[in-house]
Amino acid sequence: MTRKAVITGLGATSPIGGDVETMWANALAGTSGARPIEKDWVEEYDLPVTFAAQLSNAPTEVLSRVEARRMDPTTQMGLVAAREAWAHAGLSTDDLDTDRLAVAFGTGVGGVWTLLDSWDNLRERGPRRVLPMTVPMLMPNGAAAAISMDLSARGGAMTTVSACASGTEALDNARRLIETGQADVVVTGGAEAAIHPLPIAGFAAMQALSKRNDDPQAASRPYDVDRDGFVLGEGAGALIIESEEHARARGAEVYAVLAGSAVASDAYHITAPEPEGLGASRALRSAMASDDIDLKDVVHVNAHATSTPVGDRPEYVAMKTVFGDHLDNILVSATKSQTGHLLGASGALEAIFTVLSIYHRKTPVTINLDNQDPEIPMNVVHGKPGELPSGDIAALSNSFGFGGHNAVVAFRNY
Amino acid sequence: MANKEDILAGLAEIVNEETGLETEEVQLDKNFTDDLDIDSISMMTIVVNAEEKFDVKIPDEEVKNLKTVQDAVDFIANAS
Repeated sequence: MTRKAVITGLGATSPIGGDVETMWANALAGTSGARPIEKDWVEEYDLPVTFAAQLSNAPTEVLSRVEARRMDPTTQMGLVAAREAWAHAGLSTDDLDTDRLAVAFGTGVGGVWTLLDSWDNLRERGPRRVLPMTVPMLMPNGAAAAISMDLSARGGAMTTVSACASGTEALDNARRLIETGQADVVVTGGAEAAIHPLPIAGFAAMQALSKRNDDPQAASRPYDVDRDGFVLGEGAGALIIESEEHARARGAEVYAVLAGSAVASDAYHITAPEPEGLGASRALRSAMASDDIDLKDVVHVNAHATSTPVGDRPEYVAMKTVFGDHLDNILVSATKSQTGHLLGASGALEAIFTVLSIYHRKTPVTINLDNQDPEIPMNVVHGKPGELPSGDIAALSNSFGFGGHNAVVAFRNY
Repeated sequence: MANKEDILAGLAEIVNEETGLETEEVQLDKNFTDDLDIDSISMMTIVVNAEEKFDVKIPDEEVKNLKTVQDAVDFIANAS
């Protein structure tokens, strides 16, 4: 018999709140995390984009100075989120078999700040000034490793790297670890800290970023006709996934069930989504099939919806293909309108929003939707939070990444 | 050039920055590994920061001989 994977703890640090409670309240109210980047390098490099969705609270509000010094910002954020989720779940390593406690995290690029800072140090000051911690700080598995050490998780610490699908793929791994009985508890999620001039220049070069420098808060506008690109974000989200049996035995509060998940690859183009959304629709169908979820039970989707002119529509096409007329009954939230795009952490944050939507029966709003694109006729939640029905419901969260990665997670109420 | 008292104070600041240990804990008779629990990676960071602060060169092969805070202070005093 397959074991059920349930969610018992949530943690986050994001552009719209340094903890889950604040972030959730802001997500229901509709809050933009975008603001000008107040760093010398914006002018120094004459960057075409001068704003981003930056963390509302620095990781050093939680971590000690010495802890932070040895970690790339990606790892710092991941650890902040994981500690909150762990505390929220009420878990203690004294009460569990740490050989059966695992970490499944995701990141898009890993320690990009460390890598590039160290390169600057090498060129400007020589090899002696390259810190001995450089390599362990820049490696993309840094967050998973730090969380594993912090919580004594000895059941494996894995990292998925699939660009902007990384966080959602991490949840897919976590579900399998629980359902196959390899772990009792998994700390899953994603972290990303890439608000650095190089990624900004790179994304801007491919015309992926919004250039609305004069009005950052209006820049991330998924599904709006005037959308002109995504807003780079940073932060981390973490979820404690536990076997139902384990959660019940300790009397833990369950927020939702991680019922199903799936990944599919486009095998089409390195950056452009397959225009008919074939990979995305396969991932959607497989995620629902993995727990026999009936289409009609799906009442809410937290969409990938990055606010790029070319990206938002294929996701709609995929959902229309899968849901048909039922799509009109589904409340769609595009939370990147508020948080910006956290790349490899976005799926983790959006999974948290989806879990809370099921738990509270309320969905976050999509901000900046002034004129909905007529080519994307969906029921997009805006203005005020969406209300989800009582009874048994399911909700999905989609993530897609450069490389043709499609990942979908499906939650049910508990 | 610097006297040993100043070197100790400066070294204590570097150790504090890297490890969080209080500066008062960094005393001459303390062993970096056994007493201060400083691993080899932290030790290298401390050495590089000390080189910069005191304008000295501490060769890599010398680092293993710097077992105590006294060893480090003496080496820096002689090298500067």
